Amino acid sequence: MAQRTKSESEPTSLESLLAAKEIAVFCGSGGVGKTTTAAAAAAMAAVKLGGKVLVLTVDPAKRLANALGLQGFGNEEKRVPVSAFKAAGQPHPRGELWAAMLDTKQSWDNLVRRHAPDAVTAARILENPLYQNISGRFVQSHEYIAMERLYELHSEGNFDLIVVDTPPTRNALDFIEAPERMAEFFSSRLLRLLIVPYRSRVVNLASRPFYQVADRILGSQFLQDIAEFFILFQTMYAGFVERSQAVARLLRDKRTTFVVVTTLEAAPAHEAEFFIDVLTSKKFHLDALVLNKVLPAYFNDEAASSRAVMLADRAPELAAKVAGVTGDDPAQVERVLIEVGESFCNFGVVAQREASERAQLSEAPAVVASVPYFETDIYDLEGLLRLGEKFWT
Amino acid sequence: MPSQPQSPPPLNLLDRKLVFVTGKGGVGKTAVTAALGLLAAERGKRTLVCEVDSKGNLADFFETGPTGFEERELQPNLWAMSMDTEASLKQYLQLQLKLGLVARIGPLARMFDFVATAAPGVKEIVTVGKLCWEVRERHYDLVVVDAAPTGHIVGQLAAPQAINGLIQVGPVRQQTGWMLDILGNPRTTGVAIVTTPEEMPVNETIELQGRLQAETNVDLAAVIVNRVLPELFGRGEEEVFERLWDREVSSLLETEVGGSVEPLLDGARMAVTLRRTRAEHLERLRDGIDPATPMLYLPYLFARSHGLRSTRQLAEALSAELGF
Repeated sequence: MAQRTKSESEPTSLESLLAAKEIAVFCGSGGVGKTTTAAAAAAMAAVKLGGKVLVLTVDPAKRLANALGLQGFGNEEKRVPVSAFKAAGQPHPRGELWAAMLDTKQSWDNLVRRHAPDAVTAARILENPLYQNISGRFVQSHEYIAMERLYELHSEGNFDLIVVDTPPTRNALDFIEAPERMAEFFSSRLLRLLIVPYRSRVVNLASRPFYQVADRILGSQFLQDIAEFFILFQTMYAGFVERSQAVARLLRDKRTTFVVVTTLEAAPAHEAEFFIDVLTSKKFHLDALVLNKVLPAYFNDEAASSRAVMLADRAPELAAKVAGVTGDDPAQVERVLIEVGESFCNFGVVAQREASERAQLSEAPAVVASVPYFETDIYDLEGLLRLGEKFWT
Repeated sequence: MPSQPQSPPPLNLLDRKLVFVTGKGGVGKTAVTAALGLLAAERGKRTLVCEVDSKGNLADFFETGPTGFEERELQPNLWAMSMDTEASLKQYLQLQLKLGLVARIGPLARMFDFVATAAPGVKEIVTVGKLCWEVRERHYDLVVVDAAPTGHIVGQLAAPQAINGLIQVGPVRQQTGWMLDILGNPRTTGVAIVTTPEEMPVNETIELQGRLQAETNVDLAAVIVNRVLPELFGRGEEEVFERLWDREVSSLLETEVGGSVEPLLDGARMAVTLRRTRAEHLERLRDGIDPATPMLYLPYLFARSHGLRSTRQLAEALSAELGF
């Protein structure tokens, strides 16, 4: 049987992976701790690897945002002060940690200003009600703009490593496909049909049914609004398509790595599995899997479980003996022993479920890291570093 | 004229006709939707459960095959479907606009895709429209929707207003009126936000309460707190527990059960700390939510899998919380 030999460059830890990459995209379904994990990875990279590290985050919890100095600073990259590292017990980080939050609306506006042929057109687009609606709620507008902003930050070249926390998506794949879809959208034949001047529509037999239906459903005024908007937008067409193709290329570049984050709950784990499949088959560089909020291993220890059962079953008798030593009320001790035993068995059931989910994630990427369940919230740099230590090497 | 009572008692969640279940990703929105549907059906209501996001795992909670746009009866009184915006548009064109022919026009799918991409709100209105239509036609006593997560639900529910703003005339404009009536009537329609006692889900729940009020005309019917951990120790018991760590006591126990009890004690301590951290968030949630909004609490299920059995357990817990 041919043995798959590990190439020398294959990463063995998140540390070696992030040391070799310029962009790390953290993805996974909602609620798995993606934002925190991405921030922890960036903080670790700043401390251990050095250089300028940026975490581009989407919707951090308020306390975490405060800890990163992100309150009230839209799109701007802000440096996390050295004093924060000092307070976290790391007075001498090797590098710098920067953080930025994604402001969808502002990023779209910037994009329009960049691609519009002149300031007047830009202003007309920005004022168009359809644009305002679209920039907020465009299908995949969040996803696209996150990747677009990533491209912009990367090409400015101010950072050695950019860690991206992806927006919560309806479909986990939206954001990797968003740049390609954006390019497709602006090249579509239907778009050209829509922006044909109204008069010439009437004479064009081939497309007449389309207009009749569209007029009937949406009203011709609305169609004209759409047409005007897209005529304006068309002035940006070339720049837009070129740009979204460049963004798509960057995502597939070997300087970019994907990290899938998941918990071992059924739904997120299944989504992670699906995500791993697709990223792999579409030839993105998926190099790491972070299993988050994993229950302590002792819950899977069969001998411990049987002792837990014994503790609960023999509680009255054991309680009497314990009470003899501690002087507590035996009835109270009995209740405590039963709770301890039963609670262990309860979490044991969950741990077993997690273990079987984990076994199903067998097609895992090169680096697999487990992060234990933190009983308390993580809301400062110290917490991030504590978390980071668990998956770094 | 008799004066209106100041605040009528809150409607029971299941007495409405249309309930949108939302929440941050990962809080168990679909499980709760399934449980609500099951409970309503078992209480004799003709119930439709509809999943809107195409993740397609609603079926898992009933341990049934995949659901499609055509409603399928899963058990007496309980039907399930998955939203398909294109199929919904076809149905809409046929039934509402009497545009039977349109459905036969070839590039409908591509045209729809295009218009939906160009005009935000179109996909949403086709979704919301289908659900409102089921309610208007009284096909069911209750429609429970596994709706978009907190980040997208407002866009979905506010779609009729958004369309009203964009399209001034035409048949679409006429359609939004009756939808707004159904959505805006609190006796008919409500939103249930599912959350867990954790930082982000609680933040998003409080935030969504405000956005629902400011940007939609839909009533917040309930906040459902999922995965509430059990309280291990009562008054005074935690001190008793702490004394189990004393060397003398733990070695006594170790002799009795034939091995280390440290993992058992560690495990219990973890459970206590977890519950305590979560209690703080629960407190914050209670402070942030309008006291008139019913809060329902569902236990964390220590279950091997999330199938019909778990759905049934959740339904039972809901039943008790709803006062049945």
